[in-house]
Amino acid sequence: MNWKLWSLKKSVWVFHVNTGACNNCDIEIVDLLTPKFDVERFGMKLVGSPRHADALLVTGAATRQAAIRLREVYRQTPKPCVVFCMGACACGMGIFEGGYHIAGPVDKIIKEVDPNAIIAYVPGCPPKPEAMISGVVKALAAI
Amino acid sequence: MEALQNLFWILIFPGFAFTLVVGLLASWIVRKVSAAVQYRVGPPIYQPAADVMKLMGKEILIPREAQRLVFIAAPLVGFAGVLLLATMLWLAVAQKPFVGDIIVAIYLLVLPSLALILGSSASGSPHAALGTSREMKLVLSYELPLVLAFVVVVVKTSGTLPLGDQLSLAAIAQHASALSVSGALACVVALLCVQAKLGFVPFDIAESETEVASGVLIEYSGALLAVWKLMQMMMLVALPLFLVVVFLGGIGTSGWPLVWGIGKYVLILVLVILIKNTNPRVRIDQAMRFFWFYCGPILAVAIVLATIGNYYGINWL
Repeated sequence: MNWKLWSLKKSVWVFHVNTGACNNCDIEIVDLLTPKFDVERFGMKLVGSPRHADALLVTGAATRQAAIRLREVYRQTPKPCVVFCMGACACGMGIFEGGYHIAGPVDKIIKEVDPNAIIAYVPGCPPKPEAMISGVVKALAAI
Repeated sequence: MEALQNLFWILIFPGFAFTLVVGLLASWIVRKVSAAVQYRVGPPIYQPAADVMKLMGKEILIPREAQRLVFIAAPLVGFAGVLLLATMLWLAVAQKPFVGDIIVAIYLLVLPSLALILGSSASGSPHAALGTSREMKLVLSYELPLVLAFVVVVVKTSGTLPLGDQLSLAAIAQHASALSVSGALACVVALLCVQAKLGFVPFDIAESETEVASGVLIEYSGALLAVWKLMQMMMLVALPLFLVVVFLGGIGTSGWPLVWGIGKYVLILVLVILIKNTNPRVRIDQAMRFFWFYCGPILAVAIVLATIGNYYGINWL
C-alpha cells in the first residue's frame, strides 16, 4: 500500500454537512465523538472547514436551498475525498420523496459536480453510531 | 569541518529533524492526555505523523481572491521562524551562546503569529478576516506581558552574573529564576502567554472552530495546511523549552540533570494541556483585559521586586 492511501485511511478528517436533516442523524454523529465511541481512536476528527476535510458527512434529504451549498462545499473540499450519506434521507430521500422542496437525492447532486465521486451510504433513521463506524470502516476497506 | 558540524546541528540533531520528531510526539501527548481527561482512549502514537503525511498527499486549493504569493509564503516563513527559535534554544541548552540571542529570541517568538496573520489576511475569506483581527488583538495583548516576564529574568540574572560575563540565553539557563518571588510571578504569567501563543483553549479565540470555523486557517488545504500543522507541532517543542530555559534552569546535557530537564519540559507541557482541558474559551475582550489589567500590574510588581533584590543582593526576591 502506498503512503498516500495508508495515511488517508488512518487520518480521516470529517466535515459535517447538514442538507436539511431533522437533527436526529446529527446528534448520532456527534455521539461518535463521545467517550463511548471515541472515533479519534481511528484518527477521525470533526473539522470546521471543508478545506481541511477528507470526508463529507451529509445528513438530510437535499432541499433546493441546501443543494446549491452542497455542490459548493463539495467543490471546496480538496480531492481525494469521500462522501458519506448518513441516514435514510441522505441515501434516498426518505419520507420526503416527491416533496416540493427537495432537489433530489444527495448522490445525484454530488454526481452533477463530479461524476467519479466516491459515495458511501449508511441507511437508518437515524443510523446507530455502531452502524456509522461500521459503514465508514467498510467504505475505507473498499478504497 | 566546522561548517559540516554546524549543518548537522541545524538539520539533524538538535535542529530540524530532532525538533520535528519531538514535536510529533508532543502533539500526540496533547491529544492523548486530552483524551484521558475526557475518559476517552485517544489516537495511536503515529497519528500526528499520519495526519501530516495525509495532508502532504492532498490537493492544494488556493482561493481565487487570495494574494497567491503571500498565501503560499506565509506558512513557510512561520515554519522557518519556529525552526530557528528551536535550534537557538537547543544551542542555549548545550551552552553554546552567541551575542544578542535574547533579542533574537524575542523577535522569533513573534514570527509565527505574524506569519499566521499575514497568511490568513491574504486568503480573502471573511471568516479568516475575523480570525486575523482576533489574532492581532491577541498578539497585542500577550506580547507585552511576555516581554516583561523576560525582562524580570534578565534583571535577576544580570544581578547574579560575574562582572564581564555576557548576558545570553545560556547564562540565563544557568539560574532557575522561578525559585524567587519575582521569577515565580513572571513564570506563571509567561506560562499563560505561552498558552495564548500556542492557540490553546482558553485563548484559542482566533482559531475557534465553533465560531469562525477554524478562523485563520480556514482557507488552507493540503501541503500548506501540513506546514501550518508542523509549525504548531514545533511550537509545542519550542515554547515549553523556552520556559524551561528562561525560568526553570535549562536542561542538563548528561546524566540526572538531563532526565530532570526532560521532566521539566513534560511538566510544562502537561500543565499547558490541563489548562487547555479545564477551561472554556474566553472572548477577545476578556483575554485582552486579563493580559493587560491583571498580568501587567503583576509583572510591574515583579520587576520592582527583582530590581530591589538585585540592588540589595537579596536572591529570593
